[in-house]
Amino acid sequence: MKKGYFGKYGGRFVPETLMPALMELEKAYLESKKDKDFQERLVHLQKTYIGRPTPLYFAQRFTEHLGGAKVYLKREDLAHTGAHKINNAIGQALLAKKIGKKRIIAETGAGQHGVATATGAALVGLECDVYMGTDDMKRQALNVFRMRLLGARVIEVPVGSRTLKDAINEALRDWTTNVRTTHYVLGTVFGPHPFPSMVRDFQSVIGKEAKKQIIQAEGRLPDYLVACVGGGSNAMGLFHEFLDDNVKMIGVEAGGKGIETGEHAARFAGGSIGVFQGCKTFLLQDDDGNVLGTHSVSAGLDYASIGPQHPYLRDAGRVQYTYATDAEALAAFELLSKTEGIIPALESAHAVAETIKLAPKLSGDKLIIVNLSGRGDKDVQHVAAIKGISL
Amino acid sequence: MNRIEKTFKKLRTQNKKAFIPYIMAGDPSLEKTKELVVLLEECGADIIELGVPFTDPLADGPTIQRAAERALKNGVTLRKVIALVKDLRVKTKVPLVLMTYYNPVFKYGEEKFINDAKDAGVDGVIIPDLPPDEAGELIKTAKKADLATIFLLAPTSTEDRIKKVATASKGFIYYVSMTGITGAQILLDDSIGKSINNIRRITDKPVAVGFGVSTPDEARAVSGVSDGVIVGSAIVRKIQEAPEGLRDFILKLREAVR
Repeated sequence: MKKGYFGKYGGRFVPETLMPALMELEKAYLESKKDKDFQERLVHLQKTYIGRPTPLYFAQRFTEHLGGAKVYLKREDLAHTGAHKINNAIGQALLAKKIGKKRIIAETGAGQHGVATATGAALVGLECDVYMGTDDMKRQALNVFRMRLLGARVIEVPVGSRTLKDAINEALRDWTTNVRTTHYVLGTVFGPHPFPSMVRDFQSVIGKEAKKQIIQAEGRLPDYLVACVGGGSNAMGLFHEFLDDNVKMIGVEAGGKGIETGEHAARFAGGSIGVFQGCKTFLLQDDDGNVLGTHSVSAGLDYASIGPQHPYLRDAGRVQYTYATDAEALAAFELLSKTEGIIPALESAHAVAETIKLAPKLSGDKLIIVNLSGRGDKDVQHVAAIKGISL
Repeated sequence: MNRIEKTFKKLRTQNKKAFIPYIMAGDPSLEKTKELVVLLEECGADIIELGVPFTDPLADGPTIQRAAERALKNGVTLRKVIALVKDLRVKTKVPLVLMTYYNPVFKYGEEKFINDAKDAGVDGVIIPDLPPDEAGELIKTAKKADLATIFLLAPTSTEDRIKKVATASKGFIYYVSMTGITGAQILLDDSIGKSINNIRRITDKPVAVGFGVSTPDEARAVSGVSDGVIVGSAIVRKIQEAPEGLRDFILKLREAVR
């Protein structure tokens, strides 16, 4: 396979100014994998700071309610800052420090990656600026304030669709300008090589733990893994460790208001191959190669493209992709809250929604692990507003 | 020899520098773009860059981002820009270079794009998010069609990168004056000249400088150390904000690039 590619997907499609930085990053990343001190520091922080391993929890009442397969939740919502994003942000913050950068920047949609990066910056002592679309700042106001409390600057992106994709454009422009002093902490398994592999590797701790935990709990591997897919980092983090095992995997995209309405972010249901923000992958685009607007109730899934390893795994038949609509995600959000006392992030609620469809079709001896990638506190106000309740 | 190569060869023998203005195709309209190309040629442009609008222009600053948004609103596509060039060829022989992001080209089909562009009378193509590392097929097809592939170098480029870009480039090399995006403030110290000297140690292909050149004084300074000067955002802004002063501005820039 060509370096930096997953089959025909991936690559490094960026302006020349960034090429040397990507090469430097790739080298530093490969070195850090073999660097014992770096790995020890990372594992130590995962344990004492992030709170890993996160529990694998048997959701008994939810399982009984659905009346089928046993459902386990991988509780990434219990990781420090409330989502899996911290796994990658801490790893990259350490790496940025190691290569001598003074400042890190990030894009954020739901705000979880922005919060995680701001946290990483505070932890290792780096300046931090986070780009966020105007629309996302509105629906995730709580996270905007959290980032500011953590000492980061939140820079509003009022152009384009005013969501995640435009925040990434702005972050890339900033990085192009300040590449000598700044590291770009890309938040998902997307963008130019080495980001898709590097972010996946930092997230793969999720799957490694889940594998040990399910064997401990059930004495065997699960039958299904289910995860939501925006850029796709929580899904890759869970799936990666199981790729060579006899385990079925389902990635759940944002179906928005329904594929037929055009207002969604289901790249596999509505997209085609394109080159976007640094890599060749699936993309929602028109016939002329311009990028289409997207919609999802969840800011973290509201994105026109998907990490390049996902279409590779889809083509290979290894991972199946489906979608959940806004309405299904909102119903799942409430059902999990009421049956388990766990409020999931709206992103994760898409994976829960697929589980609600899947579990009843399976017998009681089957096992499903759902990646509960984040907690839903950040979404409470937004959900209240959708229901017409003023808080 | 391609029309761009001929232009630089002629300029070199006359000890002159190329003036390369950039405009966004379809801003404010495709009809107006035709008139502007003719105007630029009349004012002495050696090569003209035509921007192709894209929804996510990550190498561009606010001025060109907004121009792209306006052009997209006017329904301008890569297909229509190629057709525009075909129309223009009735009136003008000035070398025309398309500056486009890669996805519209990818979606169009690389080979079809190169051949259609060549047939229409396009002389070269600049794709800022396509480094030579990813452009193997495009370079091959373009070579066959005698279409110039113009790649970029930046202040961060290492010797290895300079070699790679110099080998892949045909027509000229586009040196980005700063680490940054189009329309940012240029810094006129001796670093640009030094970088270009580094490039010239490796290749004798012409090197034109762009990004951030916005005044005749800056154009004059940059032309002193390079083979050509590209002015984009400042012209795009003039077209949008004060079109009545455009001809005068272009003439002053032309005068400065010597």
